[in-house]
Amino acid sequence: MSIRNTSDFVSGLVLVATGAAAILAARDYAMGTAFRMGPGYFPVLLGGLLALLGAAISLRALWIDEGNRMGGVAWRPVLLVLGGVLSFALLLSALGLVLASLLALAVSALATHDVRHWEVPVLSAGLSAFSLVVFVYGLGLPFKIWPV
Amino acid sequence: MLNDLILGFSVAATPVNLFYCLMGSLFGTLVGVLPGVGPVVTIAVLLPATFALEPTSALIMLAGIYYGAQYGGSTTSILLNLPGETSSVVTCLDGHAMARQGRAGPALAVSALGSFFAGCVATLLIALFSPLLGAIAVRFGPADYFSLMVVGLVGAVVLAQGSLLKAVAMIVLGLLLGLVGTDVNSAVSRFDFGLPELADGINFVVLAMGLFGIGEIIVTLERRKDEEGTVIPHGRVWPSLDDTRRSWKPVLRGTALGSLLGLLPGGGTALASFAAYALEKKLSPTPGRFGKGAIEGVAAPESANNAAAQTSFIPLLTLGLPSNAVMALMVGAMMIHGITPGPQIMTARPDLFWGMIASMWIGNLMLVLLNMPMIGLWVRLLRIPYRLLYPAILLFACIGIYSVSNSAFDVGLAAAFGLLGYILVKAAFEPAPLLLGFILGPLMEENLRRAMTMSRGDAAVFLREPVSLGLLLLALLLLAATLLPAVKRGRREVFVE
Repeated sequence: MSIRNTSDFVSGLVLVATGAAAILAARDYAMGTAFRMGPGYFPVLLGGLLALLGAAISLRALWIDEGNRMGGVAWRPVLLVLGGVLSFALLLSALGLVLASLLALAVSALATHDVRHWEVPVLSAGLSAFSLVVFVYGLGLPFKIWPV
Repeated sequence: MLNDLILGFSVAATPVNLFYCLMGSLFGTLVGVLPGVGPVVTIAVLLPATFALEPTSALIMLAGIYYGAQYGGSTTSILLNLPGETSSVVTCLDGHAMARQGRAGPALAVSALGSFFAGCVATLLIALFSPLLGAIAVRFGPADYFSLMVVGLVGAVVLAQGSLLKAVAMIVLGLLLGLVGTDVNSAVSRFDFGLPELADGINFVVLAMGLFGIGEIIVTLERRKDEEGTVIPHGRVWPSLDDTRRSWKPVLRGTALGSLLGLLPGGGTALASFAAYALEKKLSPTPGRFGKGAIEGVAAPESANNAAAQTSFIPLLTLGLPSNAVMALMVGAMMIHGITPGPQIMTARPDLFWGMIASMWIGNLMLVLLNMPMIGLWVRLLRIPYRLLYPAILLFACIGIYSVSNSAFDVGLAAAFGLLGYILVKAAFEPAPLLLGFILGPLMEENLRRAMTMSRGDAAVFLREPVSLGLLLLALLLLAATLLPAVKRGRREVFVE
């Protein structure tokens, strides 16, 4: 037997695993009865349903191919966009809004294939200044601004 | 109803609310014009900025973003052949063809006037039908509510693009994500992976921004080619007599179809515009003209998407049931402002309810008056390249997510959902049903538990209550309909065209 659509087959298996994990994680919560449902009842129900749906998607991929292909992963945008967001999350409390956004912008601005290098510092500086003025001074959001 | 509308206009016409209505409409047009930035992300980014506002002003502005985007989306479709929104993709076909024939002006005018007409009708429909539906909905018991949500979710699946199985799986995944956090009935903290930050559950802004904001940016960066369209000058604006004669019926039909599809769970603007275009082509005595600059192909979908944008507020305002991703965000926005969406809004907060409805009409008027003279400005904004735009969106998204609960953890979590969103798109899964499931998850569990407790654990209660039974039959009917070969083909065709 051959797999018609590998992408769907794998995604189905991932869903089965997710459903199983949900049931496993929910085994610590009391099931209760249908009359008085405990905190575990609905999660187990949903986990089972997700696993079944995943299995159905995988099985279907053995026979039916809807033509979708995963294609290669575009590592550059994936890593740099997520890297930018993560650096903002990790550095905000230590560095404050201005430096954290400067860094996040500098990282994420490199994610596109048509970077013009002189634009990156200008854009980063301009946008961090803009957000300082609008969000902190204008809207009064409680941000730590500088490292100290 | 007249008194209610007068109340609504007196609320919406205060200087503050007029200002926010204008801001929402302008922001909406702006994101409608810009490809790769949609109303979902914009509403999510601007949400924290509304914290300090009155809830009414906040919701008026957020609603304006959604219908404003429908006006903006057509401008770029017509002048550049670049759809600003998915709901304007079909407008490219005939709108841009008209522009190449030197008839961009009439195409823009017909789409704006058609949208305005559709907006007026839809506003009236909301005012007429919401009180009726709301009066029915206040009598709903827990079993009825549970079944209603099942219908909503099934409808979302049936009308979604692509595989049914995958859409259902996304809903279930969303329902599961909605359960993260402390269970209200037992105070047990579920699926928190030992992280105290998850004890209050996942904030919907984090999920929406991750899936639709960050995820979409990665997808756009991956797919984008350097497309620099040439802007066609729009020339004479007013449609000729022949244009008017050809368009008025498509505008009427588009409005009717759009109003209906906006109402359905899972419907919405994209489906409405595609369906309206397909309908016009089918009804036309000269279908060969379509794609070559037929004004009907602009008038119908543009009226339909605006009508749908507005009628999708009906299930939200009367049943508390969001029918698409934007409405799911509106639910979140309401809850942040301490308002529980549902039939009780109308009686508890008539100023908010009617004020919002009246603002939609005012917003539409502003859009049609402002849009025509400002086309030049919008076109110039389009020249901002995406490489400068997306870092700005990312930063505003980060700031927005952080501000919701002053949590850097949430920003990191949004990055994780961004990755999930990218993977889902790569694997051909639609992320929208996930968000719907997420919003409805806790509500469904709550009503399921209550219904079961009231019936002493007898699941047959869902079949005994007449309303619940009717709704479940409707869900079954919807599911069965997808198996019909005609519908099956239709679902595929609508999105392929």
